[in-house]
Amino acid sequence: MAGTLDFSPDDRCNAFITTCREARFSDGALAGVAVAVKDNISTAGIRTTCASRILEGYVPPYDAHVIELLRKEGAAIVGKTNMDEFGMGSTTETSAFGPTRNPADPTRVPGGSSGGSAAALAAGLVPMALGTDTGGSIRCPAAFCGVVGLKPTYGRVSRYGLIAYANSLEQIGPMARTVEDVSRLMSVIAKYDPRDSTMLDRPYDHRPSADIAGLRVGVPEEYFGEGVDPRVAETVRDAIGVLEELGASTVPVSIPGMRYALAAYYVICTGEASSNLARFDGVRYGPAVDIRKSWHDAYQEIRQANFGAEVRRRVMLGTFALSAGYAGRYYAKALGARQKIRQDFERALRDADVIAGPTMPTVAFRLGEKTDPLSLYLADILTAPANLAGIPAISVPCGRVDGLPVGFQLMGRQFEDERVVDAAYAYEQEVRA
Amino acid sequence: MKTIVGLEIHVQLATATKLFCGCSTDYRDDGPNTHCCPVCLGLPGSLPRLNRKAVEYGLLVAKALGMRVLEESEFARKNYFYPDLPKAYQITQYDKPLAVEGIIEIEDDEGHEKIVRITRVHLEEDPGRLVHVAGASKYSLVDYNRSGIPLLEIVTEPDMRSPQEARRFLNKLRTILEYLRVFDGDREGSLRVDANISLEGSERVEVKNISSYKGVEKALTFEVTRQKNLRRRGQTVTRETRHFMEGRGITTSARGKEEEHDYRYFPEPDLRPLRVTDWVAEIDLPELPAARKNRFMAQYGISPNHARTLTGDPKLADFYERVAPVDPALAATWVADTLLGELNYRDMSIAAVPADRIAELLGLLRAETVTDRAGVQVLREMLDACAAGRPSERPAAIVKRENLGRTTGDDFSAIVRTVIASNPQAVEDYHAGRKGALNFLVGQVMKETRGRADPRELGRIVSECIEKGEV
Ligand SMILES: [Zn+2]
Repeated sequence: MAGTLDFSPDDRCNAFITTCREARFSDGALAGVAVAVKDNISTAGIRTTCASRILEGYVPPYDAHVIELLRKEGAAIVGKTNMDEFGMGSTTETSAFGPTRNPADPTRVPGGSSGGSAAALAAGLVPMALGTDTGGSIRCPAAFCGVVGLKPTYGRVSRYGLIAYANSLEQIGPMARTVEDVSRLMSVIAKYDPRDSTMLDRPYDHRPSADIAGLRVGVPEEYFGEGVDPRVAETVRDAIGVLEELGASTVPVSIPGMRYALAAYYVICTGEASSNLARFDGVRYGPAVDIRKSWHDAYQEIRQANFGAEVRRRVMLGTFALSAGYAGRYYAKALGARQKIRQDFERALRDADVIAGPTMPTVAFRLGEKTDPLSLYLADILTAPANLAGIPAISVPCGRVDGLPVGFQLMGRQFEDERVVDAAYAYEQEVRA
Repeated sequence: MKTIVGLEIHVQLATATKLFCGCSTDYRDDGPNTHCCPVCLGLPGSLPRLNRKAVEYGLLVAKALGMRVLEESEFARKNYFYPDLPKAYQITQYDKPLAVEGIIEIEDDEGHEKIVRITRVHLEEDPGRLVHVAGASKYSLVDYNRSGIPLLEIVTEPDMRSPQEARRFLNKLRTILEYLRVFDGDREGSLRVDANISLEGSERVEVKNISSYKGVEKALTFEVTRQKNLRRRGQTVTRETRHFMEGRGITTSARGKEEEHDYRYFPEPDLRPLRVTDWVAEIDLPELPAARKNRFMAQYGISPNHARTLTGDPKLADFYERVAPVDPALAATWVADTLLGELNYRDMSIAAVPADRIAELLGLLRAETVTDRAGVQVLREMLDACAAGRPSERPAAIVKRENLGRTTGDDFSAIVRTVIASNPQAVEDYHAGRKGALNFLVGQVMKETRGRADPRELGRIVSECIEKGEV
């Protein structure tokens, strides 16, 4: 079975930053399956840029844990997909390699930050892809492009080799056109890795089941309120109706901490990012530092020139949030809010087995439509809470509004990724039939 | 004016591997950047994995110093830019250190016991090292072999009152760490100290990065003088950070950026909090210096001074215990006084000395086969061989080759007679009751016999000869 896969895609959406024309593969569960990998996951011998100028020439000397597992199971790594620079965005427009277009409508964004992976799937270039999700970066593009994406429970997939944006929030996760393929890919990548100390030894080994009779589906009012396009809300309510037809019951639940979610999320992720990205200083990454300058000046210049505007904005925000005199007012408070949201979900998930709602408040934006950062940040309102709570969340396509895909989000208890996969699978099987 | 000193000591823990990766810590004889991996190079995507041994070593120290181990301690990131810091942050512990509130007893300047309180101990990673290439001032090189070596930072309360107390504290601490076998003081750069010093009523000055024991006392002595002089001239001491210039023995102000640092500490998201209070009960403390000293006095019947010297270094104490069976008192004198002096003179470590050979030498001394003086000669030959990396000859062989065996009175009655005959003035002085005369004559005989005779015995023979008029 082992061999080489020829990969020369018609990448008119600019889904890839790097493609591997001849991708070698071995025997295994995914023998010969083309898998696209988001360009913030380290691949030995294949440059890994995070869609940033500062990492343009960086070729990792080692494979991320998930890549080791993929190779072991015979997957052919066919390329590295486009993304928002360092994962900072929801449109894939902040990439230093140009924006990716949405295959469903090339005038629209594919969502982000894993926009390249979603677009590659939607355009039919690959059957499976890896994304990463810090505040919705798998689910948002899955929703906008009409594919399936799972953000696993925090600690279920090793982050070893994932170039960190916000360590305490993010996970690598599977993306595909079907729930079944998402589940297959998840079975390969969710294996224990002692190198990631935040991981638990809870491997995922599951075949999805469509039997959801008796499943209690929590419907939080906050997911259907202000800011959510009523037509999107309606489409998702229909999807919940389908689950009911399949034997599930619905219960109203509430996540009151939601109103702090975005503020908490942006303080934590920018704080961690400001620290994670500090190593990109021109000494070992990026163009050589001008040695005639003092090193502080040289660092400043290199970082100014090689980080995009959104990255610089978030690094500055995070630096500020962690500064002496402000850390108590911002970072400490954000951790408190995070704790509250976590408890809200725990409580809601005592009454319900899964929580359902829209993935995104709207359908895909037009390219260049969102120019002010705040309105973009608001688009993460329905996805970021699952990252703050560390719970699994899946987005599965559930119809269209204005001809554009809508994502149906299902969240579950920690380490019950199987259950959200089953619920999504039941829905998908029913509407396909 | 009272002097107030507090110390922050960074010691490299002698684990086999680094704090957060599997790289070996034994890099000192190897080329630069040969003990590195994605983790200690801070490559994007790498994650730290805590070395359990380093935590155990930290707890061992905490227990030995009678500290309270926190129910939950936590790693934190200390963020700053420096070319030797590959991640641009150091993983350390901030508001939740491993352990707090300990003590070390030292002698104050009057010889009384006093307590220095230990505020906290915490674990952190060592940064890499900048290498400045001689003659090429345009750039520096970075060596990451040191990056990720486990450090234990030990912080004291400002309880020391003089540079000498600070030195005694460090010696005591070093001894304890060596007894715990968590630290190898012979490794270059394995201990670094930041010292806070103030005169009562003045601002505090921090002297950073002193890299030797002697350096601490020197730097502090310099600071006391500098600060006293400032006050004498009516100037005020400014609160600042200063650097110690080891070579010149002075401190200089580190004005500027370094003092404005905001390290933006926050909990390290890649590591879980540590809950290790359960481990503490399982830790067996080895015999510590004070207990060993008392045991030496009781078991071997040696003096407090000898016991203190011998237990001041666990390797020396082990050595003594190997040779003591020959004759504890004789061994104590020879090891603590003679051998130690010879080692210091040669800048040699006790580790290089073969205990079995020294035991043989002690046997010869005990059997009075050689005199003390000849014994020293034999010892020097043996040490010279060790220092040159050669195996030491057996002491008996050296005695034979150099003809150093003790000779008895009869063997040099001829020499005694000759000396007495050729120094009539001294004989006259002797009869006149001048003490020095006998010493002079004995000295002359010793010179002729190259130290093989016991001077006390010689004295007896010489005076007998004169008294009997046997010339
Ligand atoms: Zn290493």
